[in-house]
This record gives sequence, structure tokens and C-alpha cells, in this order.
Amino acid sequence: MIRIVLPAHLQALARVGGEVELELDGPPTIGSALDALEARYPVLRGAIRDHDTLKRRDFVRFFACQEDWSHEAHDTPLPGPVAAGTEPLLVVGAIAGG
Amino acid sequence: MTAVRVLVGTRKGAFVLNSDGKRREWEVSGPHFAGWEIYHLKGSPADPNRIYASQSSGWFGQKIQRSDDGGRTWEPVGDRFAYDGPTGTHQWYDGSQHPWEFKRVWHLEPSVNDPDTVFAGAEDAALFRSKDGGRSWDELPGLRNHGSGPQWQPGAGGMCLHTIMQDPTRPDRLYVAISAAGAFRSDDGGASWKPINRGLVSPYIPNPTAEVGHCVHRLAMHRARPETLFMQKHWDVMRSDDAGENWREVSGNLPTDFGFVIDVHAHEPDTIYVVPIKSDGEHFPLDGRLAVYRSRAGGGEWEALTKGLPAKDCYVNVLRDAMTVDGLDPCGVYFGTTGGQVYGSADAGDSWTPIVRDLPAVLSVEVQTLP
Repeated sequence: MIRIVLPAHLQALARVGGEVELELDGPPTIGSALDALEARYPVLRGAIRDHDTLKRRDFVRFFACQEDWSHEAHDTPLPGPVAAGTEPLLVVGAIAGG
Repeated sequence: MTAVRVLVGTRKGAFVLNSDGKRREWEVSGPHFAGWEIYHLKGSPADPNRIYASQSSGWFGQKIQRSDDGGRTWEPVGDRFAYDGPTGTHQWYDGSQHPWEFKRVWHLEPSVNDPDTVFAGAEDAALFRSKDGGRSWDELPGLRNHGSGPQWQPGAGGMCLHTIMQDPTRPDRLYVAISAAGAFRSDDGGASWKPINRGLVSPYIPNPTAEVGHCVHRLAMHRARPETLFMQKHWDVMRSDDAGENWREVSGNLPTDFGFVIDVHAHEPDTIYVVPIKSDGEHFPLDGRLAVYRSRAGGGEWEALTKGLPAKDCYVNVLRDAMTVDGLDPCGVYFGTTGGQVYGSADAGDSWTPIVRDLPAVLSVEVQTLP
């Protein structure tokens, strides 16, 4: 089981409160975590990454264990504490504008 | 018992204002989709419980929401807006060519006769249509590909398709307007398009009478006289009596003919409304005095309607989708401001009352007249 924390606007969009917990098959990667998130909450498709290219939206970042995972390849395994569910994967909206 | 439901899109969410036919007491609900930009929401003429909303964010992109119970509950539907075929380029602010890129949906226009069919006007300019209640969207590419696309250019707000009108007597006839390209008409349900800008004069473009390139801010039509169109251009209020084939200026005695909104009285096809704005560089009312102007002659002769509106120190704007009329008698007129006020008139504009004063900046105002 992994845990994902969404920004407030995406929590409201997906109608979830606090953290999202997901079961993944195999060692979780940043890509498989986002795939599972979008499969559970289809409304999030397009809101974090492009529908077709899966490119991360410019004003969205990923953090795990105090490190920036925004630019990691989709098949990069997530760190052990995130894979073990002791630390969450953070999806963060940029602090910019109104 | 008749009632009205005013749908307000703002920079930070949607609001629904409900009243009975007297339009004196209002119940306000919202914000719906708090924190998101709601460029537009509009109900289906064929089923007033069906409402579509465009929800967007610079962070998280475009969503479309649908309500089947008059705005009480909402369901996200489809939000894939893929251009059909090669996207090509349009003119950028500096005259160079720039690739077409989807940014957001400015306007949603439900079909006049089918609640599951709805048109969407996008930035960068394109027209999309859904036939399944918003679950999937297909571009009507004949507009973007009709040949003049490389001459279209963005206005200050972006290169947006902001106005969509369907002729209620001839549903295959569609009109759209794009800033800054101009007005276009299709007579075959959106498959093919022609620019309809003859008579427009825009001194701020290289060829002031060009076929395309005009910054049309808004079109309006009365359903009983669909061949007559009214236009608020960047500057100039215009009228056509031949479905857009030819336009003539009807600014008449307006104190300034810059503005964004224009609309037509529900029962009088020659009674029209505009909100004059000082200039393209100063987007606020002349002399800080907010006024709606009404013509009962289809343009030319205008009267200021100021009762109940701020007489001084008012420096708001009224954006292009932020005026509407209801179908009651007397006709109700509504408009919203960038200062967050929504004003309503239950007497065809003779007097005004703020329904709400302190919303986020208002992007759009629509009204549904309910049985």
C-alpha cells in the first residue's frame, strides 16, 4: 500500500479527504503510482499530467522523502519508505499567483 | 409559479442565484468548484435541469462539470479537447507564427433542441461538440481549417472562441466569434464556415477592412428575428440584417462605443443593451459612472440607464459573457462586474439592484427562466 497526498483543489475534484491509499502490484514507481491514482479517480486524468503524453503539468510537482521527484522517469522506483507506506508521495501545486 | 436561476461564473468558483418571478428576494448558493476559474456555465434550453460548466485552472487544466438537477449536484464529464488533425499556426502578438495550443474552454452553448448536444468554444480558438452530454468531445475542424487561421491572432485575453449562437429556427445555422479573428457562420451544422465581417472597420489592424482579424467581443440575436445580429466589437456597436453578410455601425450617440457585452430584450427584437467602457486602454466606465445603455430602435439612438447603479468612483469592467436577459415580462436584465457585483433589473433596465456585491471577479452571467 502506498499513500498519496493531493493538493486541496485536487482533493475536492476527486472528492477525497486527506491522503489517498492505493494498492499496487509490484515495486511502485512514480508512473505506476500515478497510473493507479488516475485509475481509481478518473477525474484526475489530465489534471496532473497530460492526457496523451503523460507529461507532468508545468505547475505540478512531485516530492517524496524530502526530495524532488518531479523530473524522474516514470519507471523510476519510488524510495523504500514510500513503497512501504511509511512516507507519502506528495503531489504539490506550485505556489504561484492568486 | 415562475422562477429564475442566475448562473454566475467567477475567477474563484460558480454561484447560483435563485428568485421567484418577482425577482426581489434572492437565495445565493456557492461557491461551487471553489478556487477554480469558472469561465462559463449555461443551462440547456431543452432541459433546464441540465447545466454545463467550464472549470479550469492554470495549475490543473480543464474540467467540464454537468448537473442534471438544476445545479444542486455536479458530475465531472469529459475533458479531452484534442484538435482534429495538424494544429498549424496562428499569428502571435508580434506578427510571427505560433503553434495552436489548447488552453481552456471559454463558452459552453447547449443545443437548442437536445440536452445531450453541447458546443464548446476554446482558447486557442476552435469549436468542439459533444453529442453525449459532455462525456466526449470532437472538434468541428472546418472552422479552424477554413483557410484564414494563420491570420488569426490573440487579443489581450488570449485567442479565444467566446461566442456561439445557434439559430433556433434553423439549427444547422451556427455563428461563432473569435478574438481576434472576427465572426463566422456555418449553414451546415458546423462542417464548413465562412467569415462574416464585411462592413467592420478596425483601424488598429494593418488592413482595417480585412476579411478576418477583427476583435469581435460579442454577438447577440433575438430568437424571433434570427437574421438580425448585433455585435459589440472592440470599438463600435454593429448590426446586420442579413445573417452577418453585411454590417453597419449603430453606435449612434453612445458616449463611447468600446465595450464587451451586448444583448437583446427577450420580447422586443429591436431593444438592445450595451455597457460602454471608456477605452481599450482603460477598461472601466466613463467618468467612474456605471451605466447600461439601451436602444429601442435596434441601435443608433441610445439612452443611459443608471437608476440603482454607482454614479461615481466605479472602475469595474463588464466582461463579454457577463450580461443576459430572462424570459419574463417585464424582461429581466442581469450583468456581472470584475468587482464581484451582479446587478439585476426586473423592469427591462429602468432600475437596477445589486443581487450580490462581493463575489470574486465575474466572468459570465446566464439566466434560466423556469416554469
